[in-house]
Amino acid sequence: MSDRIDVLKTYKTYVGGKFPRSESDRTYKVNNSNDKVVANACRCTRKDVRDAVLAARTASKDWSGRSAYNRGQVLYRIAEMLEGRKDQFIRELELLGMKSKEAVYEVELSVDRLIYYAGWTDKYPQVFGTVNPVASSHFNFSAPEPTGVVGIIASDEDPLLSIISLIAPVIAGGNTCVILASESNPLPAVSFGEVLHASDVPAGVVNILTGYREEMVDHLSSHMDVNAVLNTIFDKETRKLIDENASISVKRVVHYDSKNWADDTHENPYLILDFQETKTTWHPVGV
Amino acid sequence: MSVISIPDFNQTIPIDKVGVEERVSRLNKRSIKKESKVQALKLALSMIDLTTLEGKDSEGKVIQMCSKARVPYAPMPQLPSVAAVCVYPNMVATAKKALKGTGIYVASVATAFPSGMAQLQVKLDDTKFAVDSGADEIDMVISRGEFLKGNYNFIFDEIAAIKEACGEAHLKVILETGELETYENVRTASDIAMYAGADFIKTSTGKISPAATQPVTLVMLEAIRDFYGDTGIMVGMKPAGGIRKAKEALQYLVLVKETLGAAWLTPNWFRFGASSLTNDLLMQIVKQETGVYQSLHYFSED
Repeated sequence: MSDRIDVLKTYKTYVGGKFPRSESDRTYKVNNSNDKVVANACRCTRKDVRDAVLAARTASKDWSGRSAYNRGQVLYRIAEMLEGRKDQFIRELELLGMKSKEAVYEVELSVDRLIYYAGWTDKYPQVFGTVNPVASSHFNFSAPEPTGVVGIIASDEDPLLSIISLIAPVIAGGNTCVILASESNPLPAVSFGEVLHASDVPAGVVNILTGYREEMVDHLSSHMDVNAVLNTIFDKETRKLIDENASISVKRVVHYDSKNWADDTHENPYLILDFQETKTTWHPVGV
Repeated sequence: MSVISIPDFNQTIPIDKVGVEERVSRLNKRSIKKESKVQALKLALSMIDLTTLEGKDSEGKVIQMCSKARVPYAPMPQLPSVAAVCVYPNMVATAKKALKGTGIYVASVATAFPSGMAQLQVKLDDTKFAVDSGADEIDMVISRGEFLKGNYNFIFDEIAAIKEACGEAHLKVILETGELETYENVRTASDIAMYAGADFIKTSTGKISPAATQPVTLVMLEAIRDFYGDTGIMVGMKPAGGIRKAKEALQYLVLVKETLGAAWLTPNWFRFGASSLTNDLLMQIVKQETGVYQSLHYFSED
């Protein structure tokens, strides 16, 4: 039995509703917390970023045009599918070296967080929209609208929970996204891609890339077709690079300082508002 | 010039379907990088027939498209302008006026485009109207129904009659390869068009799918090569419809270079019938200049 050679899974990326390998066909080894190789992941680079952004841009029109109610249904469906595959995710987190109890907690909290944001999709425009008093004879109102394509640089901590905490508010608000999964713990992110595929999320709304961050962050944050960047990396140099690149097309940049993803600060409608633009309408009245 | 003997069009010239497709896929693998890529992108830009052929076309849209034809991307005024604009006959005068003083040609579709289902006299009048309005180039469609019936003389005479009506204007003959079914038919139609006096042969109207494909283009390029070999007359090529990506445009240029040689790699002998291709070429050129991937939001639609 022990003579058998392990078959290590090569986790593929999730782009445009498909599971392509990296454009260069290169992979890298993923270790667990004891430095044992547990799987291979795709080593994505510049061209994979390009393809993923294109997929996200293409999906943007349909997704932002869906009714808020429908987006809620889709988010709820993701939660349902994740619940159904709970055991797989618990096993994977254990494989990476997490204790069973913690793994169960992380997966269950992930499901709950999706449900939380599913509930917000048709409510945040009411909460954040305003009717504005103006001096002229106009009915003046403001409503939040999705920013567009959001590049997400995911955290190495709590690999499943963190990625869901990042994605959920972004897509609940009608944006599409490209995620650079955790470099050291990419597996739960890629498996989550399989969940997304099995739920009703349209192709391209969520795109997940794995690989070395330093080979992708530059291209993602400078891409003119990316409208905002959500970064969870603390490294000063990386933050500086993102800020400078973002200035080329005046992207929104949000740096998260969180280390504790279980914290309930991650269940907050203001996180949806981070990636919304305000549209104000002046409607003539009484003329 | 010596008398050109016209071949028997009923003799089918066999086309090796697998061979054609293999050669195309082989040539597509050719990698063009850096400096040559930039050159090729600019060349492709200068070969575009910027086209608008919609029922909802208006003078305003044509004028706007003409300004894009002149200066494709304002932040980079050193870029070449496109080769021509392609419009319906009743928009020719507008386009001509908007492009006055530039070297950009005005091409007009004619002969009951896109179906070609009309009497010869109607087609001739259509052509004459476009030429009188100032069109430099006429894009005619062949009668595919008659062609598929095997009525080759009808096709030949019709093209020859339109050519006469064109006068000074160049004649492009649209074969509408998407309706010709086989490569053999494409080859025969190409030969008929060239012997009947076409200055250019063009794949498609853009109204039928499939429009331009690379294998079809290769078959037509080989017909041009053989025609040049037999008669010494150069004929131009214009793939049109469905070419949207800069990468595809470069692949077409490789096909031309490998089949006809560098002499055809100018806007005088090769054109792209396209509209959205322009912006993709521009995005790639700007990407090469700045190193940053571009967004369509920063490029004008027309």
